[in-house]
Amino acid sequence: MPEPLSNITVQMPRAKLAGLLLFFLGPAVAIYSLFSIYPLVATMALSTYTSDPSGARSFVGLANFETLLGDALWSKPFWNALGNNLIFFAVHMCVQNPIGIALAGLLSLPGVRLKGFYRTVMFLPTMLSVVIVGFSWNLILSPLWGVAAGALKAVGLGSLFAPWLGLESSALVTLSLMSVWQFVGIPMMLIYAALLNIPEELIDAARVDGLGQFRIFFHIKLPLVLPTISLVSVLTFVANFNAFDLIYSVKGALAGPNFTTDILGTFFYRTFFGNQLQLGNPTMGAAVATVMFFIILLGLCLYLFLVQRRIRRYAF
Amino acid sequence: MTTDQRARSIGVHLVLIAYSLLAVGPILLVVMNSFKVRSAIFGSPLAPPDASTFSLVGYEKVFRSSHILTYYSNSLIVTLVSMALVLLFGAMAAWALTEYRFRGSTALALFLSIGIMVPIRLGSVAILNMMRSAGLNDTLTALVLVYVAQGLPMSIFILSEFIQQIPKDLRDAARCDGVPETRIFFEVVAPLLRPAIATVAVFTIVPIWNDLWFPLILTSSDSTHTVTLGVQQFLGQYITDWNSVLAALSMAILPVVVIYVILSRQLIAGLTSGAVK
Repeated sequence: MPEPLSNITVQMPRAKLAGLLLFFLGPAVAIYSLFSIYPLVATMALSTYTSDPSGARSFVGLANFETLLGDALWSKPFWNALGNNLIFFAVHMCVQNPIGIALAGLLSLPGVRLKGFYRTVMFLPTMLSVVIVGFSWNLILSPLWGVAAGALKAVGLGSLFAPWLGLESSALVTLSLMSVWQFVGIPMMLIYAALLNIPEELIDAARVDGLGQFRIFFHIKLPLVLPTISLVSVLTFVANFNAFDLIYSVKGALAGPNFTTDILGTFFYRTFFGNQLQLGNPTMGAAVATVMFFIILLGLCLYLFLVQRRIRRYAF
Repeated sequence: MTTDQRARSIGVHLVLIAYSLLAVGPILLVVMNSFKVRSAIFGSPLAPPDASTFSLVGYEKVFRSSHILTYYSNSLIVTLVSMALVLLFGAMAAWALTEYRFRGSTALALFLSIGIMVPIRLGSVAILNMMRSAGLNDTLTALVLVYVAQGLPMSIFILSEFIQQIPKDLRDAARCDGVPETRIFFEVVAPLLRPAIATVAVFTIVPIWNDLWFPLILTSSDSTHTVTLGVQQFLGQYITDWNSVLAALSMAILPVVVIYVILSRQLIAGLTSGAVK
């Protein structure tokens, strides 16, 4: 509950209040509505139109969505991109978040020195552009340069090396891991902050009862930061289903080899702008964006109605 | 400290050091090799440059064959103008939402929070149409407008939390002295929001500097490219010229790393502050 508002502002004359609201809220609401909400709505509206070669648009209802989900020419790449996107998300959930939690747990142990230094270093990749990260890893994993192959050979695992980014079987997982490497800092920081907010007395009481650090972490700290972990999960979900930069800069708009790294973001870009194989199609692009919107909305609703509610009940 | 505790402490540090190396290793590798001659890049990639292998040939090439300085200044202009507007309009809106009671304030707050979770990128088709018909296609103004719209929801959310922490007495004292509301905001409240700048920066400004999508769809000429897009296109063109590629990557990495190291204390404090729980 916010603290009570001041009496003076409550007693303000209506006209004066309206003027102040217009002055303070006007610019933000105008820019936000015009360049964020309006385009979203207009894109959804556009997804119910089709344009002929002359550029004239006509209303077609949900026909674009029928094409997208029913016509094999469209539905095959769409389901492929959605499936790849789910794998991309699954790798983040199974690798990025556990590593983030583990690092946060280690950093929050009592008496660990150089915390500030470790945090700064580990968060560094998150500050860089995805494009730069993608290209740097592209070079490192390249058989031409041989850094990754050499590193593996040095520890006696040379036979494991393969051109992972070029193989259909491993390109997507490799790209996902590159993204994990970059963004591990976010779960680490948010969970670290949540761990710091746990009252000292709780931890002390557990220690007096003879619990080791390991059990304190799993039985006391971890359940208490569950809300943060689910927040991190939903942030990961939205970011992953909206991802584009990494695949585009490492693999190009065609998301090779043979579309095995194609995710919804790159599929949307190709549909909207076209590429060597097809002409750009703004109305179908709008339809893809609308489907992406509903996928993200579905994830958010699941989070709000299932996870959030259960955690509230658990907390009280 | 018992031997047991010491062993555990060493174990913790080993894990943290190993992960730190994994985090900076790739960046160091790229920056280090950008200062070497081609034969040394391939011959001994892990060795730092020495007198015989040091070379700036890649950097010369980048300066000669790309408009890297234009890209930097475009990125700076877009990021700084967006940041100023996101902070100003965001703080003003956050102030009105937390300070004044009016009908529809909850609905308005909800409306503004849509943008935190729903990526503005999904409206790209309509954004491009709008910018074309407004004649703003291929201008930095278009980028600034989109980025301000993208950054505002998060900045309003963060700044509201900060404004709520400012003691009420401070504003009411000024009000009793008859100071107008606008002056209370700009002269009493706004200066107190300075610590929030770092938090807003992490969540809204860094993504603007790093963004590839909107420069890609909204700008088409070299004179309006940002660093991220300019470097991306340069890399695509010169992919086989390792000196240039490593130099271009380093030139995109180094300014960010320098600023990050200078500001890391505030940035991380901002990230771990109570604003995002």
